[in-house]
Amino acid sequence: MDSRTKEQLQNHAQEIRRLTISSIGKLSAGHIGGSVDLCELLAVLYHHVMRIDPERPDWKERDRFVLSKGHGGPAVYAALATRGYFPMEELDTLNRPGTHLPSHCDMLRTRGIDMTTGSLGQGFSCAVGMAIGAKLDRLPSYIYTCIGDGESQEGQVWEAAMLAGSRRLDNLIAFTDYNKMQIDGYIEQVNGLEPLDAKWRAFRWHVQAVDGHDIAAIAHAIDNAQKIKGRPSMILLNTVKGKGCDFAENRLGSHNMKGITEEMWRGAVEALRVGQV
Amino acid sequence: MERVKEQKAMREAYSDLLLEYGAQDERICIVDADLMNAASTNRFQAQFPDRAIDAGVAEANMIGVAAGLAAMGKIPFTHSFTAFASRRCCDQVTLSVAYAGRNVKMVGSDPGISAELNGGTHMSMEDVAIMRTIPGMVVFEPVDGAQLRAAFPQILAHPGPVYLRLFRKQAWSVWPENMPFQLGKGAVLREGSGVSIFASGIMAAEALEAAEQLAAEGISAEVINLHTIKPLDAELVLASTGKTGCAVTAENASILGGLGSAVMECLSEAAPCPVQRVGVQDRFGEVGDMAYLQEALGLRATDIVQAARKAISQKH
Repeated sequence: MDSRTKEQLQNHAQEIRRLTISSIGKLSAGHIGGSVDLCELLAVLYHHVMRIDPERPDWKERDRFVLSKGHGGPAVYAALATRGYFPMEELDTLNRPGTHLPSHCDMLRTRGIDMTTGSLGQGFSCAVGMAIGAKLDRLPSYIYTCIGDGESQEGQVWEAAMLAGSRRLDNLIAFTDYNKMQIDGYIEQVNGLEPLDAKWRAFRWHVQAVDGHDIAAIAHAIDNAQKIKGRPSMILLNTVKGKGCDFAENRLGSHNMKGITEEMWRGAVEALRVGQV
Repeated sequence: MERVKEQKAMREAYSDLLLEYGAQDERICIVDADLMNAASTNRFQAQFPDRAIDAGVAEANMIGVAAGLAAMGKIPFTHSFTAFASRRCCDQVTLSVAYAGRNVKMVGSDPGISAELNGGTHMSMEDVAIMRTIPGMVVFEPVDGAQLRAAFPQILAHPGPVYLRLFRKQAWSVWPENMPFQLGKGAVLREGSGVSIFASGIMAAEALEAAEQLAAEGISAEVINLHTIKPLDAELVLASTGKTGCAVTAENASILGGLGSAVMECLSEAAPCPVQRVGVQDRFGEVGDMAYLQEALGLRATDIVQAARKAISQKH
């Protein structure tokens, strides 16, 4: 990746992060930790990799993205707004009565959302079904999906993983937001996933692990994944929960934070603007 | 009236329909959970291998995969036994299918006591109640293969999720071949004036036999098949009880939350009258053949007759 593209994508990621922090901050509460840690992935997908057209959100041959960890919705909405799916001002309606932007992703309400998610494990199954559907119609589409590390404790994830491996769905590229934290504590203390890479390999997936906040590394891993034939791909994103939001970063309590003050969120957004984070 | 069984098992009728419509409509695909043989959909698999997805023994994933296929414009038909098609994947049906507005047709086979020798573990008495409380869900239980054939194009044309409660074996022939069918509208199988019997699935044949027995006692029973349990044909329910003044419901499912509850809810809000519910009385199933189970769980024509007498006695 050339340095100019990288810089542009980094700027997109920071913009998505600022918008996510401000939309949640204005509500004073929300799933901030697992939203802001997705910003580099979303910048790469929505501004670099995915074949999409904001003018035609139903374009049949487009790539799809399913955020199976649906509580990260606010970050996806910010990404969609920066890509022109709807006006930026709409981000301030997050979780307000009658909004098109609910906490968890809803394909019937939000322009550009490809699948409804929220009950963990389900979106990943749907993504597998979408990959099978794309193959049935011989579409050039890739189905991208992101699961959480806590979500990986759901049995349905492994039901879907087994089928995707068995059916050799090489048009399916998945990510794990591996921030090592869940609501009740550290993943390894609650219900450990390690060795996570070996688990995915055992389910017949191609596996890579990268720094989930390194734009170039994420893009490179996706490029690799697209070249793999006969296997679905899992890209483990080593992330920091709450990344880039000073009051949430690397904090166990950042999953669904309450009591975010205007001073807090404005401070976090300002810190990003001047490049302190 | 002599009872006659249909020549073809209902699973064969279902399989025929999938093959017939699948040949015309490439959107149709099937997603099963290791029970293709049980539903005879392996015939569809042989004809259209790409469009037959076997998720293996993983019902939750089966529903999710179907929802994903529907998001790509397909019309998937999922299948498992009713117990696993409903309670095993209730959250997936609710969110990935219904909440997400996905057009998935979900077949649950071996409803209620018809699981026979698979026994209590495989008998879902609660699947109707589960499905009925999910917004936007159509709940349909055919009486026989002829009715299933009449209903299938309408199920296919309906743009939302449908739960199809499928008896797999040879059913008693109930539905006249040329009778007009409309999804969401009940059908009067026999007119009467003294009591309304509302029945679905295999209980429709029992209701017709009960009406014969009641006629011998001088009681005129109206038999109505509510094949579509949701949306309920409230208009027909009210018109019939407006005439008869009391009702009996008959279902091969729990009396809690199913057809009996739906009819009672409708009547008590609009025009209260005595109602007696024949069905599984808040208990689990057990192993046995149909005759034994019908007797043990109170699902015979004679149970409907007794309920009718009681309902009539409660009239003012």
